[in-house]
This record gives sequence, C-alpha cells and structure tokens, in this order.
Amino acid sequence: MSSPMMNTFVVYVENKPGVQTRVASLFRRRAFNIDSLTVGRTEKPEVSRMTITVDADRDQARRIEANLYKLVNVLLVENITNQPAIVRDLAMIKVAATHEARSHVLELASVFRARVVDVAPESLTIEITGAEDKIDGLLEVLRPYGVLEMVRTGIVAMRRGTKAVTATAAGTGYAQVATDDDVSYSV
Amino acid sequence: MTKTGAEILWECLEREHVTTVFGYPGGAILPAYDALKHSKVHHVLVRHEQGATHMADGYARASGEVGVAIATSGPGATNMVTGIATAMLDSSPIVCITGQVGSKLIGSDAFQETDITGVTLPITKHNYLVTHASEVARTIREAFYVARSGRPGPVLVDITKDAQQTSCEFDWEAAKPQLPGYRPDLSPEQAEYEQALELIKNAKRPVILAGHGIIISGAMKEVRDFAERTGIPVALTLLGLGAFPASHPMNLGMMGMHGEAWVNHTIQEADLLLAFGMRFDDRVTGTLKTYAPNAKKIHVEIDPAEINKNVKVDVALVGDLREVLNELLPHVASVDRSEWLDYIDRLKGDAAVRDIQNLPDNGHLYAAHVINDLWRETRDSDSIVVTDVGQHQMWEAQYYKHDRPRSLITSGGLGTMGFALPAAIGAKVARPNAEVWVVVGDGGFQMTMSELATIVQENLKVNIAIINNGFLGMVRQWQEFFYERNYQATPLLNPDFVKLADAYGIRSMAVKQRSEVVPAVQSARGHDGPVLINFKVEQEDTVYPMVAAGAALHEMIRRPSPIVETASDE
Repeated sequence: MSSPMMNTFVVYVENKPGVQTRVASLFRRRAFNIDSLTVGRTEKPEVSRMTITVDADRDQARRIEANLYKLVNVLLVENITNQPAIVRDLAMIKVAATHEARSHVLELASVFRARVVDVAPESLTIEITGAEDKIDGLLEVLRPYGVLEMVRTGIVAMRRGTKAVTATAAGTGYAQVATDDDVSYSV
Repeated sequence: MTKTGAEILWECLEREHVTTVFGYPGGAILPAYDALKHSKVHHVLVRHEQGATHMADGYARASGEVGVAIATSGPGATNMVTGIATAMLDSSPIVCITGQVGSKLIGSDAFQETDITGVTLPITKHNYLVTHASEVARTIREAFYVARSGRPGPVLVDITKDAQQTSCEFDWEAAKPQLPGYRPDLSPEQAEYEQALELIKNAKRPVILAGHGIIISGAMKEVRDFAERTGIPVALTLLGLGAFPASHPMNLGMMGMHGEAWVNHTIQEADLLLAFGMRFDDRVTGTLKTYAPNAKKIHVEIDPAEINKNVKVDVALVGDLREVLNELLPHVASVDRSEWLDYIDRLKGDAAVRDIQNLPDNGHLYAAHVINDLWRETRDSDSIVVTDVGQHQMWEAQYYKHDRPRSLITSGGLGTMGFALPAAIGAKVARPNAEVWVVVGDGGFQMTMSELATIVQENLKVNIAIINNGFLGMVRQWQEFFYERNYQATPLLNPDFVKLADAYGIRSMAVKQRSEVVPAVQSARGHDGPVLINFKVEQEDTVYPMVAAGAALHEMIRRPSPIVETASDE
C-alpha cells in the first residue's frame, strides 16, 4: 500500500445544474477528504472544469477516478498529480499595517511578487497568485503584523505543453491525453 | 405532433416496452394520471409508495426488464426512498417517476414540495429534474438506458406539474439519449486476459465466487461451462443463488456469514479466487485482515469502482461477465484438481449428508423443515421464492435449493424488511405463469402487509408463508450470542394473521405441526387465489453456522451438535 499524498484531479463535467453537487456528494458519501474544489467555465460553453485536490493513497486515487466516472455527467477525469502542471491558488490577505509596519509589509509583498490591491489607514490588502506553498509562505511572514481577513480560491491546475485535453459534451469518451514532449517549463 | 408532457410520458413508457407501472396518485402527478386514460399501460394502485418501488424492483428482478414506479411529490416521493436504496444496493434496474410542484414554486417550500433529486442523489444511479415538457421524452429515454445498461440501478425522474401540463412538439427519434460522459461498455485489455489465464492455469486450489452479476449478465451457461471445463468448484453469494444450479456436483453452496462451514473453509484455504459478478460485501468476507490470505484474486466485474474497494485483487477484468467468460473459455484447459475436490469433500464430512427430513419429529415445528418441504413440493415447477430479511431469509437460502436464475428474489445489500410481499407482487406481474411464494417473517410482514389489498385488487395468485416465531428473530439471535440474551424490543405482539387474511378475503390457515406442512403447501398450490399460511415455528431457533460481525470467515459459531438441526431440543 502506498502512503497518502495530495492528489490533483482535473475533472471535466457537463455544464448543467446540480453537477457540482453530485461531485461534492460523491466525495462525502465515499468518505474521501476534499482539500480543495474549484469549478469554472472552459473554452467550451457546454463543459465546466473542476480542479479537485484530495488526500489519498494510490489505490484510493484510482477508486476516486472510477467513482467520478460513474457519475453520468462526468466527461473526463485526469489525475495530474505526477504530471508537469501549472498549479495556482489566489489569495487576498488583509493585513494590519499601521504607520511603522507599512513599509515592512510592502517590502514582503514585493519579495513575494504580490500586489497591493487596497490601501486603508490601518490596513493593506494584498493579492497573491501562485502555488499553495508560496501563499502559505507569505501568510507565515505576514502573520506577526496581524492578518485581519483572508480568502483563498482553492487551486486551479493545467498541464504544461501545447497538447490540450479535450472533452466536449458532443461525446469524446477517453480523449487524447497530452504527452510529455513539447513541455514548456517557463514560470 | 403536439402533446402535453403527461401524454409524452406515457407514450415514451409504451415505447420503452412498459406494460405495467406501480403507483399512487397525488396532486403534483395528477396531470400524468389524467393522461393515463389514453394509455395502454396498466396501472397497479399500491397502498404505500414504498410498496410501489419494491414491486418495480421485484418486477425487474423476475424479468430482467426495467420496473417502473410512480408517485406524487413530497411524501409520495420520500416514501420511495427505502425502495430506491434497496434497488441501488442490489443493482436492480427501476425507473421512479415523481410529480413535483410547479417549476415557479420550486424552492418556496410549497405544499408537498421536497427536493427529491437532492434526497435521492446518493441512492440513485442517476436522477433528473424535468421542468419543461420538451425535456420529458429525452429524459425518459435516458433514464431507461441508464437504468438497464452497465451495472443496472435505479433512476429517478422528477417532473414538475407544469412540465406535465404544457404542450410541445413530440418527436421520439429526435429525443435520442445524449450521455457523452456515460460509458457502460468497458472491456478488459488483452494483457489482463493473459494474466488471468496464467493464474488459472497455475492454481492448485481455485474456487469460483458466483454473484448476482451472473444473473444480470445472463452468463449462467458460460459460468457452468467454465466450471465444468476447468473443474473449479463454485461458491455462491446470497444474490448469486440460482446463477449456478444447486444440484450441480460442482456447487458448494452459499458462502459468508451464514454459509456452510465447508464453503467458507474452502475460500479461506484457496490459492485462487475467481470472483464473477460479486463485490466482496462484508457479509461474505468476514474480517478482511484474514480473508483468503493465500489466494490470488481475479475480479470479473462491470463496475470499475468495485475493483480493490474491499479486497485487493491481482487481476481485474472490467467488463460484461458473459463477454469476458466467452473470451476466456476457449483458452482454459481441463486440469486434474481431484486432490483439491477430495479435500473439500472431506471438509463437508457429515454435514453434507445431514438429512433434516429424517430427523425424528419431536413435536416442534422448525423453519428449516417448512422451507425444505416447500422446496420439495415446488422444485419441479417454475417457482419464484421472494424472501424478506432475517432468519427465514437465511434458512430459505440454506434449505431451498435453487436450480434456476431469478427463482430467488431477496433484498441482499440493503437488507430491507418489508421487501418480500410487494416484491412478490411485482414478480407475479412480470411472470404471471410462475408459482410465486412469499417467505417472510412475522416482523417484516407487518411492515408492508397493507399490500395484501393490492394482491386481492389485482387478483394475483401469490402464496404467502409467514415464518412466525413471535420474535424479530435475527435480532434476537444477535442478542442471544452477543448481548447476553437481553431480548430488548424483539418479542412481537402479532395480530391473528389468519383472521387478517380473512378480512382481505384471502384464504388462510395456521400450521403448528410438522405433519401439517406438506398438506398446507399442497392445499395452497391447489387453490386458484392467493393463500396465506401462518407457520407457527419454534420461537428461539437459531441460524447456524454464523460468522460473527468482524470475525474471520473460518471462525464460525457451529451447530451445537451435528444431528441437532436447531437450537434447544428439550
């Protein structure tokens, strides 16, 4: 048995009412622990795309994939845990920043390539996009100044390279999955 | 052609070859009932919506066709929940149609509004909310396709009142299912077949675990050919009974919690398990830590999500069982397994020749005798036994020897008390020429006995054998073994079942002596209407052997002595 690890699934679903509930309900019913679930539109209006991260060992990950496929509205499931992929989370962090602390906070934001999106007399709001650990890192150094409020979107992920995974509501079955050649490693 | 949503509904059901639906009307489904007068579909009025779903389920299991239940919104729909969950756990293809409040009222807590698609989300294979007449045709077609294909299961279609009432253009051809993500037709890779064949070739102590999937797939002949060609013996799950003839010399019998000891020992000592259309339920494995520890496992299963769920397998052949076996059959050779088969015969020992018919009559009536006599009387006819849940269900599985598929209908996965009587009605409607027997406990019978009226109303020849021990027998047995005989809430106060049947105009009799069993069964068979027999059996009788929950499969509580069939023989 392999040890539990964070798995990232990209799930294409039909863009219909209630589909997100079906997916979330599946994870609850089978007692799989979702760490993050995001959903949004894709380049095709009839298809929505979910990024789901879940703590699971290898066998559990296979069962999650099989169970997702049992949902009639699920078009394609890809476990990209061990694939080259761009993984991004977005956070907005409101930090207490009074006169003397303000320059320190701005400096830290700049080190993390975060943007200041709101300035108030007693606080700064910082927006940061990046991998989860980068956001965790910024949060860590901001905490001593006083984090007043924070929100994170949960992660979205996309495989690197030009070949895209395609799933359409017109019916694809198992679509061509991108191979690892022509992968670009730009940041 | 322009039709209302309600008219489209019935037309689509007819086109899906539905001849009978089981239902109960109410406000939100009234437009559909109004349109029924133009339809050829026969509507069976039930007495409770749970009954309608069990009838649809029994219909599906007896025939292999999709069963249909219909109910109104709110309480009508929620009453279906137990029946839907029952069908889900046993992979039974049913379509449940519910009325819903008008689409403008959804979310307003309107009278009799329930979010039934939300409620049934985890217990349906798929479900739909239909809010426009134009969606009715395609949804019904998809519902039937999803229910019957792949691993079958229940599909619920919730149709708002306005979707039933408004009109739209109806075009059956144009309403083809659109299910881009649905893949019911998987098949294994060549390499997986080769791995399986290698394991089969090298096995010294193999055993086939035969499940419900054989019957669903229609692979009875293929399994038989496989067993005969390879010389591999067959153990069955509860829902697998009938998939492989009980009278066949390669048949070991039922496995699991109340399986015979030699069957469980065979599995524990095997070096290869061939799981055919079964899912390693906890009732057949006992604790997984010690389950068949030395066996390689081949899992032939249509549902990929079942692979490695409970038991880690070495080779998974994901696909339709019949197709998979047809691929394997030309490549399996006959191997001499006499040493293994002789060993199993020695495991059987005295138990295999135990003949309960010849036990002296000690004045007590035992359920095992009742069921064994029933089997002897009905074995040559096209009989269907529909059992409920509890001790009588296990005794039936042990003492009624099923040779044909679809001759036993029972709630295995969910263990739904109250299932038998309505499911038998569905079975009789599906196969009017079959001899249908309900074998039911006095507890379960009282959960759905209101459907006695449905039997009379539909003029159905259904025979009912109540195995009446005055207890919730299986719960009492657990209390006896695991709760120091603290019989809390298990003794039952029962009505006079004979008088009850009489009130419905059903012929009935009570049996207290062993010598009366066969004459009662014969008399019931000879009567051309429904008959109820109240078998007043030994009160504190026990189902042996038993694997305690969480115990290893080979650690069974055995019969106190080989000759005493049943408990205390004072």
